[in-house]
Amino acid sequence: MNALKVSVWRGGADGVFEEFEVPRHPSQTVLDLVTHIQRVLDPTLAYRYACRVGMCGSCAMTVNGVPRWTCRTHVDKVIRDDRVEISPLKNLPVIRDLVTDMREFFDKWARAKGHFRGGRTKNEDLAPVPPDSEDRKRVDAGIECIGCGVCYAACDVVSWNPDYLGPAALNRAWTLVKDERDKNFLERLRAVAGDAGCHSCHTHMSCTERCPKHISPTAGIAGLKRAVARAALQGEL
Amino acid sequence: MLWIAQRASAAVLALCVLVHLATIIYAVQGGLTAAEILGRTRGSVAWFAFYALFVLAVTIHAPIGLRAVLGEWLGWRGPSRDLSLLFFAAVLAWTGLRAVAGVFS
Repeated sequence: MNALKVSVWRGGADGVFEEFEVPRHPSQTVLDLVTHIQRVLDPTLAYRYACRVGMCGSCAMTVNGVPRWTCRTHVDKVIRDDRVEISPLKNLPVIRDLVTDMREFFDKWARAKGHFRGGRTKNEDLAPVPPDSEDRKRVDAGIECIGCGVCYAACDVVSWNPDYLGPAALNRAWTLVKDERDKNFLERLRAVAGDAGCHSCHTHMSCTERCPKHISPTAGIAGLKRAVARAALQGEL
Repeated sequence: MLWIAQRASAAVLALCVLVHLATIIYAVQGGLTAAEILGRTRGSVAWFAFYALFVLAVTIHAPIGLRAVLGEWLGWRGPSRDLSLLFFAAVLAWTGLRAVAGVFS
């Protein structure tokens, strides 16, 4: 059986790569490699995963320089010269080995007013939202985010401006801006405007290129820019 | 508002640059001297208005773009950056409008 050379980041921000030899298997995923190392070769390796089927968003890592969800990334797709290099996601503090501190990432969702605030009580009827309405379609296009942080790690603007809210938080804000039931519209637009918000996006589209769920945060951010501009010109902000 | 100003000034600049380039290409067909240029621009309110608008669009557009470059590449943020860029905008406006006035009068 072929063996694969796998370089894995060990330690914190000032860590180093350590090389392991891992047996190749058909349909092997990058998460399988890491799991093999942790279970067979070195039980001290720290990494994070949960569902293994692309739903929980916890296993994202940098694989051969590219942020990816490792549970759904086949080794065949990313291997280079029988080698795979695995490191923690960029733009996030490293706790240890392949585990990053995601607090800032999710705090930014809160800063972007990423929570739903409806206008009805539980005693009222459900709000009907036509599935074929334009707004609902835009929400549908962005709503499947699993919070994996791949877009955040791929974003150049986050690396240049640590205060930047990032693609995931802004995408979340966009899905709420387009949610006709939400009553936090202007407060949210204020939260996502300015130097730390949507206006800092340079439309590099790295987030869109890398998103494993094929969401386009870039499109949502462009929508936020238009929504903020419209509200500003109408004197609402 | 900076974003709107940046986009609006970019739209003006796109038009101004096209007109400027087309004018240059058209005007130099048979050779061109400084006297010929001044002959066309002196007293021309239309050219004065056009190039004054061009300068003002640059005055708005360039400092806003530089603001992002300074923040992202040099990490220079805050009031010192913004005040410096206001000064830079004033220099652009002064030198640009002075040049426009120079070929008008």
